[in-house]
Amino acid sequence: MPEYKAPLKDIHFVLNDLLAFDLHYRALPGCEDATPDMVSAIIEEGARFAERVLAPLNQTGDKEGCQFDNGNVRTPTGFREAYQQYVEGGWPSLSHDAEWGGQGLPDSLGMVINELTSTANWSWSMYPGLSHGAMNTLEEHGTDEQKQTYLTKLVSGEWTGTMCLTEPHCGTDLGLLRTRAEPNADGSYAISGTKIFISAGEHDMADNIVHIVLARLPDAPEGTKGISLFIVPKHLPDANGAAGERNAVSCGSIEHKMGIHGNATCVMNFDGATGYLIGPPNKGLNCMFTFMNTARLGTALQGLAHSEWGLQNSLTYARERLQMRALNGPAAPEKSADPIIVHPEVRKMLLTQKAFAEGGRALIYYCSMLVDMTKHADGETRANADTQLALLTPIAKAFLTEVGFESANHALQVYGGHGYISEWGMEQNVRDCRISMLYEGTTQIQALDLLGRKVLMTQGETLKSFTRVVHKFCQAAEEDPKLRAFTGPLAKLNREWGDLTQQIGMKAMMNREEVGAASVDYLMYSGYVTLAYFWARMAQAAQLKLAAGEGDAAFYRAKLTTARFYFERILPRTRGLVETMLSGASNLMELPEDQFVPE
Amino acid sequence: MKVLVAVKRVIDYNVKVRVKSDHTDVDLANVKMALNPFCEIAVEEAVRLKEAGTASEVVVVSIGPKACQEQIRTALALGADRGIQIETDTMPESLNVAKLLAKVVEAEQPQLVILGKQSIDADNNQTGQMLGALLDLPQGTFASDVKVAGDKVNVTREVDGGLQTLALNLPAIVTTDLRLNEPRYASLPNIMKAKKKPLEVKTPTDLGVELKSHTRLLNVTPPAERQAGIRVSSVDELVDKLKNEAKVLRGG
Repeated sequence: MPEYKAPLKDIHFVLNDLLAFDLHYRALPGCEDATPDMVSAIIEEGARFAERVLAPLNQTGDKEGCQFDNGNVRTPTGFREAYQQYVEGGWPSLSHDAEWGGQGLPDSLGMVINELTSTANWSWSMYPGLSHGAMNTLEEHGTDEQKQTYLTKLVSGEWTGTMCLTEPHCGTDLGLLRTRAEPNADGSYAISGTKIFISAGEHDMADNIVHIVLARLPDAPEGTKGISLFIVPKHLPDANGAAGERNAVSCGSIEHKMGIHGNATCVMNFDGATGYLIGPPNKGLNCMFTFMNTARLGTALQGLAHSEWGLQNSLTYARERLQMRALNGPAAPEKSADPIIVHPEVRKMLLTQKAFAEGGRALIYYCSMLVDMTKHADGETRANADTQLALLTPIAKAFLTEVGFESANHALQVYGGHGYISEWGMEQNVRDCRISMLYEGTTQIQALDLLGRKVLMTQGETLKSFTRVVHKFCQAAEEDPKLRAFTGPLAKLNREWGDLTQQIGMKAMMNREEVGAASVDYLMYSGYVTLAYFWARMAQAAQLKLAAGEGDAAFYRAKLTTARFYFERILPRTRGLVETMLSGASNLMELPEDQFVPE
Repeated sequence: MKVLVAVKRVIDYNVKVRVKSDHTDVDLANVKMALNPFCEIAVEEAVRLKEAGTASEVVVVSIGPKACQEQIRTALALGADRGIQIETDTMPESLNVAKLLAKVVEAEQPQLVILGKQSIDADNNQTGQMLGALLDLPQGTFASDVKVAGDKVNVTREVDGGLQTLALNLPAIVTTDLRLNEPRYASLPNIMKAKKKPLEVKTPTDLGVELKSHTRLLNVTPPAERQAGIRVSSVDELVDKLKNEAKVLRGG
């Protein structure tokens, strides 16, 4: 059975040695409670919960799946009890406002806890994860009364939330959506329509479910400018604020799908259900964007989660599985064969997972620091954080899920034929991971967002907000001969990143399809360079600790070795990407549709 | 009724223990440390007594370098009310611990003292008993059930032959076995509250105890590595090997 141990050493390395979270929290107004000892105590307890309660339910949750029966969904054995424990532990409230019952801790600390619960059991973690989207929307756009009624219940975890966007005919293109909202005499609205792919839309874990629904008012303009947001609770709150009368919203069925079997993916039918407008009319999509970044970072986390889960388990297997001898003669002569970790190609698969898991952690925690700043800082700091986040979010979402899936595949491959057998849990890891490249905007949509909307539409300004950071780092570390192997290539790539952007921008002026044709390669290139920056910084942080003779020397040396692996074995992938992204749109657009499969 | 709980900072039970290369001790550098599992059970029991209205205050005490405050905070997050750290440079041996605890008991006057039956690092299983002797208090060790009834505490003990239940006059010393309870997870609000709970630091000198060494650690070696097994082709070969190689069977 696969196992999970919270990677506390690496988490503390990223928080303390790499990103100096203590200084970050001290500089943030309202985050005074997050002192290092407090942060460490919270993470440790979160780790215990993830390891002991959630991880053991990961494989059983997959086997059992969710059961649909006449509008009701039964979650896998143990999910409900684990959620109760999670609520009793006060975890849903972590990063929410004290005014509504939250603990008021920074979002970035919430991200660390989310990493632990998500890696231990992704399907389970989606239930509280979806609530966060609903909570952020209410926090940002709800009236005080709406916050009192719904937000407090979501913060305590008594109720859970969903985000209802997708309809059968519209996924990416929300301008097409048809769900209607007709005004009622009492100021509420009657919501009618069908939503699909609603994660956690129906389940047996909480008393009530608060749906945040995108719908159109009767007089709404066409397209994306005519969408409004509504709160539609499964049970209408009674006079005491408890879950009362059943609302006309029901689950029509749940999807049978490739992975994340423990999470209910629901068809939700709204039959004149009572809803309440949240935010200004026809501005629903704008309201959604305020939390879209955090939701996408949440999905980026899934890439990290499956890399880490795969790495931990395939490493155990590679150290135990005895088969063949090391190429230079027996490494464990007393045994019948050597453990397969002696082989270079096995090590390559393990190191690739390690490089993506640890590099991904650094990137995501960095982004979550930026999220803190967008909420708690002012002026230039805030604006700068916003811009960097706009750039890094599609990169983190698409790149980390793509390489997360690659990692999950490597983990399976390390097991040989056993990786294909359910019992070992590695095929589940691959199946569960696969969705991350699809929902919250596919890789292709993220790539268009990155290159088109974020980079080119701002004339490269958004890109510069981050390349400037990379440039400063390279310049400051230039003198250090021990880091030259990292800062040299990184500085070169950082310049190239800007040049490539310009080249594509020039071509795009003649033909917009050039943007689409370069976009995914451009995104992956951006991802590799971004991760190179974090690996170079990790090498520097490790080097400093080694020079000072502080901490666990073996751990820091491993950081340097992994950084070298990343620069020598992973980063050269950028060469191929440069060539393909500049090869132009015509090699994609020329082929007539009817010649893809000639008749 | 006041309950005093003694807790110890030990190597985390999940960590693979390594011996220092010079064999002087276990290597604790950069290793995850945690609350001793038996002590955690002791804290849980005390908190349950408080929740049941039997205990009015739970005081937790730990002995060691400043880092052991982490374990005191953990106990406070689980529900203890206040903490006492007795600051020492190293982890003192059991008799010293018992002497220090005896002074704390004299000052605090608890009705019940709960300790883990042993710590998972040294496995000595003697501090509770020594404390009972020093204070001349009744002791119930290896408890799997604890019930306070009036001025007595009924302690069910896991003994070789089964279960034995003793009625002890209060004040009394109880040491916990593994099956006494299942410790809870600390809640997030309680972790945050724990930081604001009082934690007093004392020294052995404050308590009038002079630390003395009665034992000396000579050498620490890891257990021998298990040798790879072999596959035998027949029962006869197995019997032969058991007789002549392993020498665990005799005659024939």
